[in-house]
Amino acid sequence: MMECFLINRRLFKWFLFIILYLTQSALIADAQIINIAYISQEQKIPAALSNLDKFVQNKGLLGAQIAVKDNNTTGQFTGQNYQLKKIIVPVSGNVVEAFNRQLGDDISLIISNLPAEQLLLLTGLDKAKDKLFFDAATTDDALRNQRCHGNVLHMLPSKAMKADALAQYMMKKRWNKWFLVTGMAEADKQYAQAIKRAAKRFGIKLVAEKQWTHTFDARRTAQSDVPVFTQGVDYDVLVVADEQGLFGEYFEYRTWNPRPIIGTQGLIATSWHRTHEQWGAVQIQNRFRAQEGRWMEEPDYGAYLAVRAIGEASVRTKSNQMPIIKEYLLGDQFALQGYKGKPLSFRKWNGQLRQPVLLAAARSLVAVAPVEGFLHPKTELDTLGFDQSESACGVKHVDKQLDKPVSSEESSELSGQWQKIKQQIIQKLKQF
Amino acid sequence: MAKDKTTNHSKIKTVLMERQKMKQSLLITGFVITLLGLNVQAESVFVTLEKDNALAIVDPIAGKLLKTVDIGQRPRGIAISPDNKVLYVATSDDDTVKMFDAETLVEIGQLPSGEDPETFALNPAGDRLYVSNEDDNLVTVIDVINKKEIAQIKVGVEPEGISVSPDNQWVISASETTNMIHWIDVKTNVIAENTLVDPRPRAANFTADSSQLWVTSEIAGTLMILDVKTKQIIKTIRLDIPGVSADKIQPVGVVIDKQQKWGYVAVGPANRVVVINAQTLEIEKFLLVGARVWNLAFSPDQKRLYTTNGRSNDVSIIDLENHKVTKSVGVGRFPWGIVSKP
Repeated sequence: MMECFLINRRLFKWFLFIILYLTQSALIADAQIINIAYISQEQKIPAALSNLDKFVQNKGLLGAQIAVKDNNTTGQFTGQNYQLKKIIVPVSGNVVEAFNRQLGDDISLIISNLPAEQLLLLTGLDKAKDKLFFDAATTDDALRNQRCHGNVLHMLPSKAMKADALAQYMMKKRWNKWFLVTGMAEADKQYAQAIKRAAKRFGIKLVAEKQWTHTFDARRTAQSDVPVFTQGVDYDVLVVADEQGLFGEYFEYRTWNPRPIIGTQGLIATSWHRTHEQWGAVQIQNRFRAQEGRWMEEPDYGAYLAVRAIGEASVRTKSNQMPIIKEYLLGDQFALQGYKGKPLSFRKWNGQLRQPVLLAAARSLVAVAPVEGFLHPKTELDTLGFDQSESACGVKHVDKQLDKPVSSEESSELSGQWQKIKQQIIQKLKQF
Repeated sequence: MAKDKTTNHSKIKTVLMERQKMKQSLLITGFVITLLGLNVQAESVFVTLEKDNALAIVDPIAGKLLKTVDIGQRPRGIAISPDNKVLYVATSDDDTVKMFDAETLVEIGQLPSGEDPETFALNPAGDRLYVSNEDDNLVTVIDVINKKEIAQIKVGVEPEGISVSPDNQWVISASETTNMIHWIDVKTNVIAENTLVDPRPRAANFTADSSQLWVTSEIAGTLMILDVKTKQIIKTIRLDIPGVSADKIQPVGVVIDKQQKWGYVAVGPANRVVVINAQTLEIEKFLLVGARVWNLAFSPDQKRLYTTNGRSNDVSIIDLENHKVTKSVGVGRFPWGIVSKP
């Protein structure tokens, strides 16, 4: 009798186990899996001017993880499940090798937190042919123009967009004589290039241009060097191009004339900043801080937006297939909520995410570009960066939409908008 | 002479009588005026001031700010009990919904709202309060009588807009990042259905007959009308305003009158209230109000509509008979929620 009971109990346990297994696998099988890879390389700790901001390894990853969590919260209601495969390459590692070895064939959506050169290596690979890359880290203009790729979408504003944002605000302030100081790094030169382009676009005068050379001499200090360096120039604002933050901070309060600093230091143009709390931004700032104890930064925001864009496209199309997701992302329906008060969408001509750019000082949000009054026939967001007619990107991101000639209906709508803008300009002029 | 006297006498009499009449009529008119005066003083509009940590009390007939009272940290959502006796205010940074005597404005209790309460809704009986907990992706259900939390319901990311149907069948929660309307069954406190809507749904409100749900999408700049039976969108209205760029059209608050003749949508930085014909579901007209208009409330008799204008720090008063903005009343920094009481 006892034996029988024992067997029964064992059987029952097995039975329970099998039931549990079946229901669980049924649940997973039911959900549509959307696989996303996140690839980045650890960085050597760079030289820094101050110890105030601790170096953070793997900036960006948490942004992607929070977005995956958000997507999965939505996924419980849509029967979708998002999974993130992390590929973090060590400092001395080889990104191409890691990509080839670690990326499964079932993953076609890739968040890249890599510098431009590394990203280009990956997009050139055979294995990358049917993959869609979300560049969450670079701001390079070349990557969005001559060196663009049809399967790369750029989440962060380009240097040109940032420079245009600064220029618009400076125009509004009528601070239109600029003194440009550029560092030695390649990125600094690219930033300076964008500043010059913006100056030309908005009719700002570049009255002086100097390079900061970092010659090491014990007799030279910021206190004595900067006044001399900035002496004898008549300008409104000093623009620094110092992407790494090696000398830009020296300028504030030390110039010969009392002038504000803008650019990579002072008043900066950025896609995300801790001072930003409008349009629900305070919610994501809080959620991010609660997890990591630090403020969300640009790479985090870029990765967050990338995963959220995938979430939005897959929910709306009910698909996990790259071509369908890509078509939706580049279509007219796509509108991403990015805590900026305006719907974000991709530019069809170069895969750049169009978005407002924040102009922030250390402890206050000064303005949000596009600045009021800068008009555009399609969307004011396209007053920032390379517009369709200026784009040097020869690759098509979407064939259909780009090849489609403007229909008469659309063109009449366009001319109607032009009329509207003309009238607005006339009204503004009348006010003067 | 005597005749004269009598005529004089009768003249005096009539004058006296007239005086009497005048006195009477004066008395009556005085009485009526005092009655009216009482009435005038009776309607109050309560406005939460997010940055002043205060509540503004406005006399909407005189168009005057009567007073402001300190109320707690970052007050936002506000509601009044069906008997008009208790005011509920979400003081977000105190992590609670506070209860105030609507006459004396003395605090009479606090409800366990969960963290960072922003918006909430009372059921028609006034004994259940449903709160959106934006940071935790939850809706908290509170028993108002016993001041106890009775359920927490997991919803999408960043729930905000919340509303109870007048027939007390459904609680809906709009999650801003998930872009969904969650239909919570009042009896079971379980989500029965979900409707995918346009990006960043902000506010939602039922029609008086509980047949439709009106939902605003801040990012798409649309108003969606959902059929409560099928839970499907039956019409999406793009709230285009001539001369205003599309990115400025960010609809938030939405209300529909009891007769279901007109609906009104506040469109944020476009500084306008859109008037919608609730029968044809077409845009009727646009009313220019203060800067960044967010929330809306009817007067108890539904003859006026009040708006909170976050940027211009005032409340606009709209006469609904003529659809005209009649007055704006400065109230304090960042007016957010609004409610009226007879």
